[in-house]
Amino acid sequence: MLRLRWWQKGMVGVSLGVLAFLYLPIVILVMFSFNDSKVTSFPLAGFTLHWYEAFLANGQMLRALANSLWVALFATALSVVIGVTAALALDRYDFPGKRLFQNVILLPLSLPGIVTGIAMLNFYKQIGIPQSLTAVVIGHATALLGVVVSQVMARLAKINRRQFEASADLGATPFETFRNVTLPGIRSAILGSALLCFTLSFDEIPVTYFLTGREVTLPIYIYSTLRRGITPEINAIGTVIVAVSFVLIVLSVTLLRDRDQS
Amino acid sequence: MNLTRRTFPGFAALFSLPLFWVLLLMVVPYAIMISVGFWSRQFPLFYPDFQFGNYAQIAADPQYTTVILRTLKIAASVTLCSLLLGYPLAYFLVFTVRSRALRNLLYMSVIVPLWVSYLLRAYTWKIILGTDGALNSLLVSTGIVSAPLDIFLYNQTAMVVTLVYIFVPFMVMPLFAVLDNIPRRLIEASEDLGVGPFMTFWKVIFPLSLGGVVAGATMTFCLSFGDFVAPVLVGGPDGTMVANLLQTQFGAALNWPLGSALATLVLALVLILLQLSSRLDRAGRVDLS
Amino acid sequence: MTSNPIVTLAGVAKRYGAFLALQETDLAIAEGEFVTLLGPSGCGKTTTLRLIGGFEQASAGRIAIAGQDVTDSPPYRRPVNTVFQDYALFPHMSVAENIGYGLSVKSGRVAKAERDRRVADALAMVGLEGKAGMRPGALSGGQRQRVAMARAIVRRPRVLLLDEPLSALDVKLREGMQVELKRLHRELGITFLMVTHDQNEALALSDRIVVMREGRIAQVGSPTDLYDRPASPYVADFIGGANLADAEALGGGAFRLAGGQVLHSRRGEAARFAAGRHASLGLRAEHLHVTAAGPENTLACTVMERLFHGDRLRVELMPEGVARPIFAELPRTTVPAELAPGDRVTIGIDPADVLVFEAEGGR
Repeated sequence: MLRLRWWQKGMVGVSLGVLAFLYLPIVILVMFSFNDSKVTSFPLAGFTLHWYEAFLANGQMLRALANSLWVALFATALSVVIGVTAALALDRYDFPGKRLFQNVILLPLSLPGIVTGIAMLNFYKQIGIPQSLTAVVIGHATALLGVVVSQVMARLAKINRRQFEASADLGATPFETFRNVTLPGIRSAILGSALLCFTLSFDEIPVTYFLTGREVTLPIYIYSTLRRGITPEINAIGTVIVAVSFVLIVLSVTLLRDRDQS
Repeated sequence: MNLTRRTFPGFAALFSLPLFWVLLLMVVPYAIMISVGFWSRQFPLFYPDFQFGNYAQIAADPQYTTVILRTLKIAASVTLCSLLLGYPLAYFLVFTVRSRALRNLLYMSVIVPLWVSYLLRAYTWKIILGTDGALNSLLVSTGIVSAPLDIFLYNQTAMVVTLVYIFVPFMVMPLFAVLDNIPRRLIEASEDLGVGPFMTFWKVIFPLSLGGVVAGATMTFCLSFGDFVAPVLVGGPDGTMVANLLQTQFGAALNWPLGSALATLVLALVLILLQLSSRLDRAGRVDLS
Repeated sequence: MTSNPIVTLAGVAKRYGAFLALQETDLAIAEGEFVTLLGPSGCGKTTTLRLIGGFEQASAGRIAIAGQDVTDSPPYRRPVNTVFQDYALFPHMSVAENIGYGLSVKSGRVAKAERDRRVADALAMVGLEGKAGMRPGALSGGQRQRVAMARAIVRRPRVLLLDEPLSALDVKLREGMQVELKRLHRELGITFLMVTHDQNEALALSDRIVVMREGRIAQVGSPTDLYDRPASPYVADFIGGANLADAEALGGGAFRLAGGQVLHSRRGEAARFAAGRHASLGLRAEHLHVTAAGPENTLACTVMERLFHGDRLRVELMPEGVARPIFAELPRTTVPAELAPGDRVTIGIDPADVLVFEAEGGR
């Protein structure tokens, strides 16, 4: 029923190959996390949960994990509050410099994170904020603003303007209109972008690298460990992170797809 | 709505916080970084100044210029390979897969790895390509080679492979969006006029997809240019990229002015690319409605 | 003339940058009236409505509603409610929640029992009982229109603003809704201010019509006023349609058209035209009739086209010597069956029906 030319068949082949290429390393990671061997070689040496036990017993790693969770939580909260406010202002008003402002907010997302990290380190040193998890939270929140603003603005643009007018016409104050009409409308965008922020913050390396002090986040911990050599515990925690990321991203995409259209 | 005397208070109430935050914590840091690039250094301290010595040093020292050129080369390779792998995949998803549900599922499965820890995804290539890694052990145990090869890891090819692996989904996203946006009737019209599928692709589909190509390529180039994880994990002694130089300048070498100057160069490069890309995008923008 | 003005505009103007959407305008609307703002797109009628509703801020002038100056008041503090052109229903709320919205915000809050009762009343009034729990997305266009109406009346506003409420409906539905609107107006007893570009709708529903053109009011009056005594060629043509012909006054109510034919007008304004003055004559299509050649008010014409309109024929005619054709609506019985394009025919019109206006520069 579907006649494919030879070059289209080639395309199908390449596509499936690329898909396999994308998932193969992850599959290998998961496989070796259960493998009873210190080295990641074939043939497989037998099933074990040893590495998972090891990572659960690794106090430093667990501490780094907890730090990552806290940082991601606070950074996301900050980003959402500031980002939603900015999106509302940008959607509602026209003002000189609006375009520039939008571009600046999006800058950290296309710049190599290392530049943003350096800039922030420079700045914090000038104003006396020490390298610490607080610095990391502020750094993440700032860098991730663009995620929230772009998602929420996109969703806001789809809301019929007349609904705000209708709400005001029916006696609602601007705050009531925000609570009753705007907020329900952008709820999915807020949740989706929050999940995205959380995941990005959790995984962030370049900015974090420059801003952490003695307390580190999980990626930084793994990174330093890797520089010293591979321990198979990394495979275990890697698998766990992969699993959780999968769940979070699927959640985020499902939430970002809107059910009601205005 | 435009700002008038009546609407300004509402605007100010809403916009003050984001404006203050962005100015203080985004604009100022970048500005400071740029200005520190002009500072002087007298080991081990540095002090405010306005001189181009740092930039002169970067331009003159072959150490720096080699690394910069190498980084450009690698970023370009990564972009090209990602494009060559990503475009067929996007095309396949949009045009060959008929069922909407299957297409969304496959698209998601391409995007999901993007958000799995970037560090881990780079790391997996370390365990695959190493001398006691998966690939070598597979080759040895199946008898294809007699001893593990050390050509796979710790070189520029390994870095390119790793970065391509990370950035292919980055490429697929805008390509998918732009290809999906092409109205089917354009393709039908082309075939109706007697043009076969290949020429239709070349003369209709590909030109209309260039916006996505530019977007994805810009993103991929800028981000792989500034990467420092891949060189550390899978790069060899000749694998140092600009980002690693920055690491050193802010780490052991403690030469913040030089590091800032280098970072400013990266910033400038990325800004120029973004501008070029948006200009290309606007010039080629076609109204498909 | 309006004894109890509920809405007054005094010198109200609206400017968007360099563009003047509404020139300095005065308007008074009496309580309980059904007033329509009528005109083509861009004439300023929607701007006027939005200024009264509070969605735009006037560049000049004062607006008063129910005796209070509301020029600087936001919409939520004005005793008016609006039915929007695309209904603007809240998609995430049910029909009942939409209707009850105005009663759930602080400025209109009532006890839940009271609110439920009034929502039910409003639903009954627009004929949507049983749809309370549904979402707007599940309703038809006509049903959504009624929800928008119910939502706007539940707060018992002094004035109801309607922004082209029926334009999104198809013809059959629209005619039915027109009757509904009239009924609602009578039952509620409040002032209705409606915007439309459809003159038939305006004629059918309004107590008074405000005909607008390019940001200015052209004429205000009852439908009969506007039809019988239009103040300008624009209004004559907009309300009821009229053929317009340039003519030169001969004095005594006689006017000579291009090409030499003469028409007499017995209307009051015709007498004011001294010989030599330029005029524009308005001849309504329905006032023209086939007649025998005779002395008074006849035009010799050539038939250009004939179009079937049920019991009438719409005939395009070229009067001798005149450059532009005119249209006549003739009862089928009065037209010879074999009348065909190219035939010559004599058309007559009662002198009392010949409208006379100052010749306008353009049209």
